[in-house]
Amino acid sequence: MRRASGTENQKKREGRLAGKTVVENSFFGIHPLLASPKKFSKENLIRWIITATGWITVIILTLIMLLLFTEGLPIFSTTNPFSFIFTTDWYPVSDPPVFGILSFIVGSLMVTLTALVIAVPIGVAASAFLAEIATPTLREIIKPIIELLAGLPSIVLGFIGFLLLAPVVQNAFHLSTGLNGLTAGIMLAFICLPTIVSISEDSLSAVPKEYKEAAYALGATKWQTIRRVLIPAARSGIMASVMLGVGRAIGETMVVLMVAGGRLALPNFITDPLSAMTGRIAIEINNAVFGGLQYQALFAMGIVLFLMTLAVNIIADLVLEKQRRRYA
Amino acid sequence: MMLDFSVKMKTESISLFYDKTEALKKISLAIPAHQITAIIGPSGCGKSSFLRLFNRMNDLIWKARVTGQVYLDAVPLYDPKIDVVELRKRVGMVFQKPNPFPMSIFENIAFGPRVHGCHDKAKLDEIVERCCLRAALWDEVKDKLRDSAFALSGGQQQRLCIARVLAVDPEVILLDEPCSALDPASTMRIEELMQQLKSQYTIIIVTHNMQQAGRASDYTAFMLMGDLIEFSSTKEVFTSPKDKRTEDYITGRWG
Repeated sequence: MRRASGTENQKKREGRLAGKTVVENSFFGIHPLLASPKKFSKENLIRWIITATGWITVIILTLIMLLLFTEGLPIFSTTNPFSFIFTTDWYPVSDPPVFGILSFIVGSLMVTLTALVIAVPIGVAASAFLAEIATPTLREIIKPIIELLAGLPSIVLGFIGFLLLAPVVQNAFHLSTGLNGLTAGIMLAFICLPTIVSISEDSLSAVPKEYKEAAYALGATKWQTIRRVLIPAARSGIMASVMLGVGRAIGETMVVLMVAGGRLALPNFITDPLSAMTGRIAIEINNAVFGGLQYQALFAMGIVLFLMTLAVNIIADLVLEKQRRRYA
Repeated sequence: MMLDFSVKMKTESISLFYDKTEALKKISLAIPAHQITAIIGPSGCGKSSFLRLFNRMNDLIWKARVTGQVYLDAVPLYDPKIDVVELRKRVGMVFQKPNPFPMSIFENIAFGPRVHGCHDKAKLDEIVERCCLRAALWDEVKDKLRDSAFALSGGQQQRLCIARVLAVDPEVILLDEPCSALDPASTMRIEELMQQLKSQYTIIIVTHNMQQAGRASDYTAFMLMGDLIEFSSTKEVFTSPKDKRTEDYITGRWG
């Protein structure tokens, strides 16, 4: 730990770190501002702890990625990456095994998209209701309840989907089974709704009230004000909430495992039973031989999942950055 | 009080309550047509709240309640059958802080006509140009109508807000301390603009700048703690006020 010493350079450096200009005073050697070593070392300790926690987070995340890649990448010495991603045959325990995960990628995308198509309009509308139409009292009651829903264990939602929603979907579309992509997508929508509503409401409420007043004073209706002023002004927050929702939906395992049907073939319609990547990994990882080919393939599937969420985040960032630059 | 003018708007013993507190106490005032009426008074006297009664902006405030009546021509504004949207089209408002939308200059001015159903591109172009010209802004923005409104200076933004109000073609324009965030040069431009506009519009301006009320308005109302103390022609209020409190205030003895 660095302590206040008399050397000129160190004094300057510490002065800069403290955000103050150190008045040179070589006669006394130590500047009065730095004269209390005890207080200074406490400051220093706190800075150390904060820096360390920051680095620990980065290091742990890097190690997780490293693990994912070291365990998963070796599969590509036996399976061609192209056929891994773009074929649909998945026979992990045959001899020789065949690994094509396209069905699961499509399955994941289908249920996530379904969830978004349902959750985004409902979520944004609900947040606009809370931010602009509901009375303050009503908002104080409803918002905590919605946020509470975010803490609902996904297995409980899985049960609800399994017992209540699946029969309804089955009857409504005259299907052979209610456990399919549509049921899973609807349940996933419930999972990302609280995130979307809560964060969108925050950003809608944070829109300066001057915009709102200007719109109303020009004779805009409530709907026009929400649609043309509030939502565009809160766009970045709403986008962020949707991206977080996508993150939750694409990574959600339990619900899709329970209600998506688990069929291995490529789904043609959203009403087909299907498998998502997360669910597939969760089912098979227990039976896979440690370090074996199936084990490697499952980790490689994890890599694909990781890259997909990464892509979603990067695209969201680019979109937001572009908008920020337009009206900075 | 005998004043000779044609009345555009009129309040009749109007009171405003925030929850239980009475912010405005039974104010009756007539606003002359095609004139500039200034409302002056110390901070917190209720002059902004009073101004917001004229286009029912106080409706937006949770737990605000109004008794009494405001008339636009002969139409009672606090009648349950009144369409507030239509009212705000006829009575426009410019706020204390310039508040352009986070859109382009063009979009800002076209906002009003658009929400009232005008989507014709050529018509919108014409409205934007006409309103910018009338708000003395055209020369400064004609080459950058697609730029963000935030790229303009504070004074330009305020004139943009005036142009935005003109675009919905109101009859009355309410100005809520429109120059308090502006430098003296921009303030002068806004005051000149008010003089040009008054032949076509009735203007009500709230200001805490006495010089501004003195040089830019035709009539002046002095308010104190939610009461209307005096209303007369600006000349009379500033040269021979009837009420002792008005005199004390405008001579700067307090406030």
